[in-house]
Amino acid sequence: MSKNIISDFSAFLKGNFAALIAVSAALFGLACSGQPIGQSNAGGTSGENAGSIRLQGSGASFPKPIYEKWVNEYGKINPNVKIDYQATGSGAGQKALLSKTADFGASDDPMSDEDLKNAGGEILHIPTVLGAVVLTYNLPDVKEPLKLSGETIADIYLGNIKKWNDERIKKDNPNLNLPDADILPVYRADSSGTSAVFTDFLSKTVPAWKEKVGTNKQPSWITGVGVGAKGNDGVMGQVKQTPNSIGYVELTFAKANNLPTAHIKNKAGDFVEASLESVSAAAAGSTAKMPEDLRVQITNPDAKGAYPISSYTYILVYKDQADAAKGKVLADFLWWATHDGEKFAQDLHYAALPPDVVKKAEAKINSMTAGGKPLK
Amino acid sequence: MSQTGTVGDKLFRSVLLVAAASILIIVAAMLYMMTQNALPTIQRFGADFLTGREWKPAQEEFGALPFIYGTVVSSLLALVLSVPISLGIAIFLVEQAPKKLARPIAFLVELLAAIPSVVYGLWGIFVLAPFVRDYLGVFLQNYFGWLPIFQGRLTGIGMLTGGLILALMITPIITAVVRDVLEAVPTTQREAALALGATEWETTRIVLGNAASGIAGAVVLGLGRALGETMAITMVIGNSAQISTSLFEPANTIASLLASNFAEATDRIYMSALIEIGLVLFLVTFVVNALAKLLILKVASGTNSAKHT
Repeated sequence: MSKNIISDFSAFLKGNFAALIAVSAALFGLACSGQPIGQSNAGGTSGENAGSIRLQGSGASFPKPIYEKWVNEYGKINPNVKIDYQATGSGAGQKALLSKTADFGASDDPMSDEDLKNAGGEILHIPTVLGAVVLTYNLPDVKEPLKLSGETIADIYLGNIKKWNDERIKKDNPNLNLPDADILPVYRADSSGTSAVFTDFLSKTVPAWKEKVGTNKQPSWITGVGVGAKGNDGVMGQVKQTPNSIGYVELTFAKANNLPTAHIKNKAGDFVEASLESVSAAAAGSTAKMPEDLRVQITNPDAKGAYPISSYTYILVYKDQADAAKGKVLADFLWWATHDGEKFAQDLHYAALPPDVVKKAEAKINSMTAGGKPLK
Repeated sequence: MSQTGTVGDKLFRSVLLVAAASILIIVAAMLYMMTQNALPTIQRFGADFLTGREWKPAQEEFGALPFIYGTVVSSLLALVLSVPISLGIAIFLVEQAPKKLARPIAFLVELLAAIPSVVYGLWGIFVLAPFVRDYLGVFLQNYFGWLPIFQGRLTGIGMLTGGLILALMITPIITAVVRDVLEAVPTTQREAALALGATEWETTRIVLGNAASGIAGAVVLGLGRALGETMAITMVIGNSAQISTSLFEPANTIASLLASNFAEATDRIYMSALIEIGLVLFLVTFVVNALAKLLILKVASGTNSAKHT
């Protein structure tokens, strides 16, 4: 008897563990996104006026400003649609989609082949906007933008370059007054799409980086070299407070906070400032090589004038939607976002999708179904 | 005694029993659940998990030692800094301060206890870290630089700043509890001691001796908060999985690691590693608490026997 009770109990615990984690992750996300808890009735339609539909999205923090703008603007046109977006992070967004606790996920880096294979249905990657990762630094005596190559950045983060007045930095910055001071590199301590894009660029340009650190949302940083900080704001806080430090953050974040940003050497050999134009140039140069499933990293592209640490950000949805009404709303929203929504990108410092990529996204949105029936 | 009285007592007793048992069940259930979910890494790494020094999720390499070290050292640092100050405040408030002064100070202490940890963290980044970098660290290196714990690069972010912020956070808790404990010591004891010609210092020592177990409880409560603190420590400790003798070097704690990575852990083995390290925190808390309690009771009994000689 008692044995039965215990095994029932353990089954209960096992069964509920995932739910517990999901709930706590969701609560954590809520806490981070600062939304009142009452608003996040995941997909529930009860209690609202008839015909109103709620969608729940969660994922990357990088596109949060524009997704919030979209949700807001779309709500004005379609008052009976309510979409909540929680910036829980790319990894959590992928997890929420896989466990079906969200109607759509969002991620800066594409899902892995393994995750796609194990998902409970085909997952579509819809690119929404483009962003970039910039290097920001705290050098009070340096007034002009610092110029850095992939090799130099890698050497700083690997601990091979320890001082700002190192010959390897001076070579690219002959006119700057670089101090004889220790460099403090700051990296993301939490798992982050920003780290994935940053390390992808360095892995592509520096073989030693690929071998020692690799491309990852949570790379294996060399211990003793730098300090980790949580989130874009954590990295910014650390860099702002510590003279002679350097860190990497999202372009939108750097622009919004007026941080100094380094010019990065691209494949063509030019030092390029991160801007909407240079990010668009990186995207335009890679559209021809975009694979069928649209999963692509566009770091270190060949194109002239391209900023080399750029990336797409994606909304992830199941191709076959479980609920036809919600699926229709989701498809309509994605269509609106990738067309009318793109006009809000520039003000928020994102680069809009190139027209060719919009065409590819259209095809993906049009392929969405519910119970096998097309939604568009 | 009426019949209802015994029934009432029985009911009362069983309610208490359920309350007490619920804690046991909750702890047991948590341990069981965590062990179950940590099985993949427990089976794969065994004891290497506890002794390994490399934490590389990308390479599926998990060694918890730097985090155990960081957790224990930062918390002990916090205790060493905080306990004397907390005791001082509490003794002053109860034994010495005029009522007019005691009230506002006690109010301020309670106010500090209610500040959210993220606020402490922000204050740590913007005020404490620069202070450690520009003043405290420079001072320590100038005068105590021969000690290995004060050598190396000074960035303001690291173990020392982490310990300081924790000390600040646990001081109000320890102070508030110790104050209550001291107030509970009967006034007659103080009067008796004074009547026998004891000085104020001697009287206080007698009161402290009698309050020892309560003070131990206060310290353990503070220690619990220090061991489990996430947000504030994440923001100032530097989040680097290394074991360094220098207190100026960045480090990391288990709670801080969990706070920054649990939500994003996607693959099974990584999740298992994080849950196992949570289990380790459980054990570390247990061991450190037990040791702290033993130590304080020992010190207190020393005080007691001293007064008899």
